[in-house]
Amino acid sequence: MNVDQTDKHLLHIIQSNFPVVRRPFEEIGQHLGISEQEVLERIARLQQAGIIRRLGGLFNSRKIGYTGTLCALQVPEADIDRVSQIINGYPGITHNYLRNHRYNMWFTLIAPSEQHINTILNEIKQKTGLADLLNLPAVDIFKVRVNFNLSEVQNVD
Amino acid sequence: MLTELEKQIIRELQQGLPLVERPYLVIAQRLGIPEDELMDKINEMIGNGIIRRFGAALRHQDLGYTANAMVVWDVPEEQASGTGRLLAGLAKVTHCYQRPRRPGWPYNIFTVIHGQTRDQCEQFAAVMAEKIGVSNYMLLFSTTELKKSSMQYFID
Repeated sequence: MNVDQTDKHLLHIIQSNFPVVRRPFEEIGQHLGISEQEVLERIARLQQAGIIRRLGGLFNSRKIGYTGTLCALQVPEADIDRVSQIINGYPGITHNYLRNHRYNMWFTLIAPSEQHINTILNEIKQKTGLADLLNLPAVDIFKVRVNFNLSEVQNVD
Repeated sequence: MLTELEKQIIRELQQGLPLVERPYLVIAQRLGIPEDELMDKINEMIGNGIIRRFGAALRHQDLGYTANAMVVWDVPEEQASGTGRLLAGLAKVTHCYQRPRRPGWPYNIFTVIHGQTRDQCEQFAAVMAEKIGVSNYMLLFSTTELKKSSMQYFID
């Protein structure tokens, strides 16, 4: 889809500090020099195109009593579909990527307690038949930033 | 501990804001509280860090950031905190964590960088390496995204 300058400016504004006022879309429109209705239409279009995954809150899982970890598995090429189906089936698995390493499948898991995490990881080992699972819970978190500098973006379409 | 109201607000906000003129009014009516109370509560949860970010989650691969590298570093344990903080201060680093070493896995500092090409990521990792004086590091590029979703809290 074609993303114009107004869309980029809009995305920049709404990716953090979304206004908490009675008419937030009107306020955004005032920044952009467009109407409230046009803001709503543009956001709907960017959501349909999948550029906006979600408009809402992103939560600090630790602060609300959840815990998380990063895990890696060595999955034979022919087994990737089967194993990723097992892993992705857990709602607490939020990200799963193939990466260029002998540990080739990397996933993050969020759950209400360490006990839940261990239960799920043991299930994954059993169901996949892969026992060599790296479990790497964070010892310290120095930075989590989720915004992107849209002015650096050149090829948007 | 979170209050029941805070949990309800989290459940609503993780579904996404309704695209209507007064989205907070719609949610407040579902929760049976005044619109202003909901807005105050959201501001409070942003202020105390329960809400890490309030706004739109974007798909960065659709925005030209096609190379995402997890760069892992083998940093002497006594330097790990200082090095982690130093790397976290760099604008191109979006995530920085310390994680445990494991047998056969010597890397204890994990950073994520996003670039438009792999070369860009590699060049930037070399600059980072020089800055922290660590030579044992590795870039793991994502080749396939198998899942990317937002966590749904308090649904069971």
